Order: sequence, then structure tokens, then C-alpha cells
Amino acid sequence: MMIDLYTRRRIANATGLTIAVAAMAFGLFWLCWILWTLLDRGLPALTPMVFSQMTPPPGSSGGLLNAIFGSLMMTIGGTAIGTPIGILAGTYLAEFGQRGWLAPITRFINDILLSAPSIVIGLFVYEVYVVHVKHFSGWAGTIALAIIVIPIVIRTTENMLRLVPSTLREAAASLGAPQWKIISFVTLRAARAGIITGVMLAIARISGETAPLLFTALNNQFWSSDMDQPMANLPVVIFQFAMSPYEDWQSLAWAGALLITMSVLTLNILARVLFRQKASTH
Amino acid sequence: MSMFLHEARLKRQSIFDSLFRNLTRVAAFSVLVLLAAIIGSLVIGSMPAIHAFGFGFLISPDWDPVNDQFGALVPIVGTLITSGIALLIAIPVSFGIALFLTELSPRVLRRPLGVAIELLAGIPSIIYGMWGLFVFAPLFADHVEPWLNEHIGVLPYIGPFFSGPPMGIGILTASIILAIMVIPFIASVMRDVFDVVPVMLKESAYGLGSTTWEVMLRIVLPYTKVGVAGGIMLGLGRALGETMAVTFVIGNAHELGKSLLNPGNSISSALANEFTEAFGELYTAALIELGLILFFITFVVLSLARYMLYKLGQREGKAA
Repeated sequence: MMIDLYTRRRIANATGLTIAVAAMAFGLFWLCWILWTLLDRGLPALTPMVFSQMTPPPGSSGGLLNAIFGSLMMTIGGTAIGTPIGILAGTYLAEFGQRGWLAPITRFINDILLSAPSIVIGLFVYEVYVVHVKHFSGWAGTIALAIIVIPIVIRTTENMLRLVPSTLREAAASLGAPQWKIISFVTLRAARAGIITGVMLAIARISGETAPLLFTALNNQFWSSDMDQPMANLPVVIFQFAMSPYEDWQSLAWAGALLITMSVLTLNILARVLFRQKASTH
Repeated sequence: MSMFLHEARLKRQSIFDSLFRNLTRVAAFSVLVLLAAIIGSLVIGSMPAIHAFGFGFLISPDWDPVNDQFGALVPIVGTLITSGIALLIAIPVSFGIALFLTELSPRVLRRPLGVAIELLAGIPSIIYGMWGLFVFAPLFADHVEPWLNEHIGVLPYIGPFFSGPPMGIGILTASIILAIMVIPFIASVMRDVFDVVPVMLKESAYGLGSTTWEVMLRIVLPYTKVGVAGGIMLGLGRALGETMAVTFVIGNAHELGKSLLNPGNSISSALANEFTEAFGELYTAALIELGLILFFITFVVLSLARYMLYKLGQREGKAA
């Protein structure tokens, strides 16, 4: 039996489009499955003790307080170090980068660092810092996270500054404002929402990073607020506890996993909502 | 008098200007310094291993910490194979998702569905690893791997790749988890480049009576092929360097089995597992050299990706 050309094309079309719908469902399926698993296993483990007790030795109960604290400290520290450098460099690329060799090369290198394997960043910090001070420390972890923050902030800062209309700069210049004032009080301020979005995405990214902390902050079973000592942090604790054969450790790992994922996803969604609101008012 | 004051103020502002400009320039320059420092420190750190094994490090399958014999072949092959299989799965799925989001989805759903796919990229890799180890691997071992053994394992040529003990963890599991992780990256690049296709071009094809599928395959894909390739390379870069998800499920065995169901090793998971426990200078140096190799491979892949995306951007600029 011959199928005429028209029918054949319609069949091909229907098949292709069905596959596209299936692909979309396939993607969403994993998202739902992973989130459901996290809720299913993490919620029962998420007791008040998680927030009030230290990480326990195997076989006894405990919480994740020191790990949560360590993660917060290093994430805040990494963001605090990485953000200013990133914003300044992004400003250079957007405002002064029209000519010369530095801007195109920096842009290219930055895009590579943006997706460079984070475990290599950990190795790097180990080599240049941990080896010299001869012990793992919270500072080393902070530096590693800052290095991951910088390229993300550079990229969003540059993109957002480019969206600011030049008429705004010209208006400020025609009033006689010097360039540093134009950039810091007019353009950067106009691009504020976008840049904050970028910083939030950077925080979301580093709060789940495990690989760069393995060789830098390592872990600490006890409460420590000394940044010069090995420091507990959620990702490494989750890694260690999940890989262990002890059941109470594993359930704490699920509680930690739920905490991290929820904060990362909340940050991601908040960043998008914030940016969208700002964008729609223009 | 006021003239004089005015001039002094102007002068001060121009000093501020050059200070500010140079401050931003130093920040931009620090990115280059960072890259140089990363490469430099990795090369210095791996010097003992480079001296001891030379070029043979790349092709030797030995990994014997006790006798100080190291070779990178097993982790390199593991990294390349897992990333390759991950791409084989991820490319068609990402294309389908991008097609759905740009052409098929109702306008109301387009944004939320796009965000949902991007959230998949936001989930930390350690979560994928845990989920893979505790949820996915047992199911895979009970239901999928026995089926693979029975039905595909007996076929000629490809059979040996799919026969082996159904343990759940191994190269194939790691590849599938990697695929799920890189789908959002590739899909969102594809969606973005599909969006730059001039509407006129698509409407002309529709006007001539093309179906949606034909417009995608014959108009959109050829127009954006450089960008699509760039997105795929970007996903490959991600897959090559991915650490935690792979470490949980690949099995960490330094052996080169023929079957994809066997446990294996990748560069990043070898680092994650062994680095803090490495004893002796040579062991540490060998691991750092692994890191250097990984950085080199991803650097080349990501450079290609950026070059391709840049080419597409250039053409878009010309058309406009």
C-alpha cells in the first residue's frame, strides 16, 4: 500500500511533535521524582533537633547545627569577597571594554571559568593556600567559593549594564557628572535589580557546592566558629553521612539535602521573580 | 577665585575618574591572573608525577598507590565514556524540550515550564548523587539491568557492553544521571538560539505549507546549527567536570571493564574520593595531574563552545 506524500508528512509531523511533548514530560518527570524523594525522606528527618544539636558520632542522635552555621559563614564570606570583584570587573567589561585587548580576553576567560569544573578550583585553593598554612580551614573554603562567585557576578553585571540605555549615561554626562559618578550613581543603580539577581544566583550556586570544599574546609564534627580551623558545612556532611552505613547518619543527610535544595530553589525562584518585576516596570 | 576653585574640583574629579577606571581594570585583570594561577599551580603540583611517569601517565592503566605506580587511562576513559553516553541521551531530549518550549507550548505555560527546566539545573549535584545512589540505582538494578542482560546482552557486537552483574552502580548509571543533569543546560541554550531565528523565515516556510516538524528540521535547525553545537559543547563541558553526582554512583573501581554495567572511575570522582586520603608526594602529585588533565580537556571543549556561540551571535548581528 502506498501512503501518499501528504499523509506521510503529516505522520512525520505528528511523530516529531509527540516526541517533543514526551521529552518535555521526561524532563519534568525527573524534577518531580527528585523533589518528591527529598520531601518523602527529608521531611520525617527534619526535626527541631536538626537545628539545635551538633553532628553526632555514629549510632547516636544529633543535628546539623554546626554544619548549617559553617555553610552560612562560608557562603556569606565567599559572596562578600567575590561580589565586589565581580561587579568591578563586570563594570570594566561593560563601560570601558569597547577597545583594547583586556576586555575581549577577560570576557572569554570568564566564560570558561563560569563552567570550569569546581573540583579543580578546590585543588587550586589546596595548592596555593592549604599547603602553605598546612591545615584545612574555613578561610580556604571561603576563598574557593569566592572564586566560583566571581565569574557569575561578572557575567550578570556586564549583561545588565549593557541593558541600561545610553541616553541615561548621556543625560548624566551632559549635566557635567564625572564618569565615576555616572557609573556608580546612574548606570549601576539602574541595573541594580539585575545585578542583585546575579548575586542571588551565585549564592544559590555556591550553597550546594561540595567538590571545592572537600579539599579546603574539609569537615569538623564539633562546633567551631574559628574560620582558621577545619569547618563543618552541609554539603560535605551530607556527602560523608550519605556514604556511611549508619541509618541515623543517612537520615540526617536527607534532612540536610532537603534544607539545601529548598534554599537553593527558593533563591532561584526569588531571583527570577525579583528580576521580572523590575523588568516589567520599565 | 571661583574659577580657580572650579578648576581644582575638575582636577579632583578627573583623578577620581582614573582611579575608578583603573580599579575596575585591575578587577578585570584579576580574572586573567586567576586562570594563570590555576594552571600554574596545577602544573607545579603535578611536577613530581610528570617527572616520574612522563607521557606514559596518559596511557597507563595502572593505579597502585602501594607501589607508587600511577596512570591516568582508566579515569580519563571513564570521564569520556560517561560524558559521551550522557550526551547521546541528552541531545535528543533537549532538542525535544526546546522544540516544545519554542513552538508547541501554550503561551501561558511557556514561562513556568521553562523555569521548571532551569530549576532542574539549579538542584545541587550532590542531591543528584544521593538520589541516584539511594533511589535510582536500586530500581535500575532490579528492573532495568536484568532486562538489558537478557535482551541486549545476548546480541552480537553490542552485547558485551550490556552484560554484567546487575549492581545498580556503574558507568551506565552514572551516564544516565549525568544526562539528566546536562539536559537543562543544553535545552536552555537551544531554546535561546531557536528564539533568534527570524520569524519571517519561519513564516515563509509555513506559508509554503511546511509542517511544524519540517520547519524545525529544515529551517530552524540549519539556521542555528552553530549555536546548537555550542550548547552541546557547553553541556559536554559540564558533564566532564561533574563530580559529586558521578562519585556516588560510578562505583570507584580502577579497572577498565568492557561492560557498561561494571563500576568504573572518572577523573573527578577519583579526586573526590582519594585526594584527602592520599599519602606520599607522588600519589598527591598524580591526583593533581589528573586535575590538570581534566582542566585541559574542559578548557578545550568550553573554548570551542564559546567560539561557536560567538559565531552565531555574529551572524545574528549581521542579519539585524
